[in-house]
Amino acid sequence: MAVRVQTGDFDIGVEIAAMRRDNPKVGAVASFIGVVRDVNDGDRVAEMTLEHYPGMTEKALEKMVATALSRWNVDDALVIHRVGTLKPGDQIVLVVVTGGHRGEAFQTCEFLMDYLKTRAPFWKKERTPAGARWVGARESDDAAADRWS
Amino acid sequence: MKPDDSRINTIEVLYFARLREAFGCASERVAVPESVKDVSGLTAWLRLRGEAWALELSPGKPVLIAVNQEMADADTPINGGDVVALMPPVTGG
Repeated sequence: MAVRVQTGDFDIGVEIAAMRRDNPKVGAVASFIGVVRDVNDGDRVAEMTLEHYPGMTEKALEKMVATALSRWNVDDALVIHRVGTLKPGDQIVLVVVTGGHRGEAFQTCEFLMDYLKTRAPFWKKERTPAGARWVGARESDDAAADRWS
Repeated sequence: MKPDDSRINTIEVLYFARLREAFGCASERVAVPESVKDVSGLTAWLRLRGEAWALELSPGKPVLIAVNQEMADADTPINGGDVVALMPPVTGG
C-alpha cells in the first residue's frame, strides 16, 4: 500500500504498471482520477489551490487504506493526492486498487474516494472572476461516505 | 478565578484554510487554565476572545478538530503539550 501527497503530476500508466509488476495474481485493476473542472457553483474557475495538514494527511490516508485492505479481499491500493495550485484540466487525485476480481476492486476504490472526500484534511480555494473563495463541503459527500458505515 | 484555574497547560493550536484566514494566524502556543480538559473546553475558552473567534467557533458551526493528528470529538481530552488543529470541513478529492 502506498500514499503520496505531492505537488507534481502523476501518470496512471506508470503507477498501474508498478503495482502489476511481478504480481500475476492480479486479475482486476480499478482506478479513479479526479480532475479540476472549469466551473463550480455556476462560476468560472481560473485555478484552485489545495492546502493540507502535512503529517496528519498522510496518516489519515494510510489509516483509510489499511481499513479498506482489511475490509475487502483485494491485493493492494494506492492513493496519490496533489496539493498546491492547479488549473482546470489538471489531475488532482488518483486511487488505484488491484485485486483478484472486479467487484471488490470497484468497491474498495469507491470507498477510498468517499472516505478521502470527507475525512482527509485537504481544502480547496478557487479563484473565480468574483474573487477567491474557499470551496464549501457538500452534504452529498457526507451521504456518500455514510453508506459504508 | 477558581482554585483549579491557578495552574495552566501549554498547548499548540493550529488553524487551517478559512479558519487561518479568519483568525489571521496559522499556529500559536496558548496557555490554558487547567479547567480546560477537553476539546469542547478549549473551543469555549477560545470563544471568550470574541469577534472572529466567537463567530467561527460558535456552537452549530461545523469545525473539525484533531488532537495530535487524530480526528477528535467534543469530549476528547486535551493535555499539556498536545497539538490541537481546528479545521473547516474538508474539501479534497
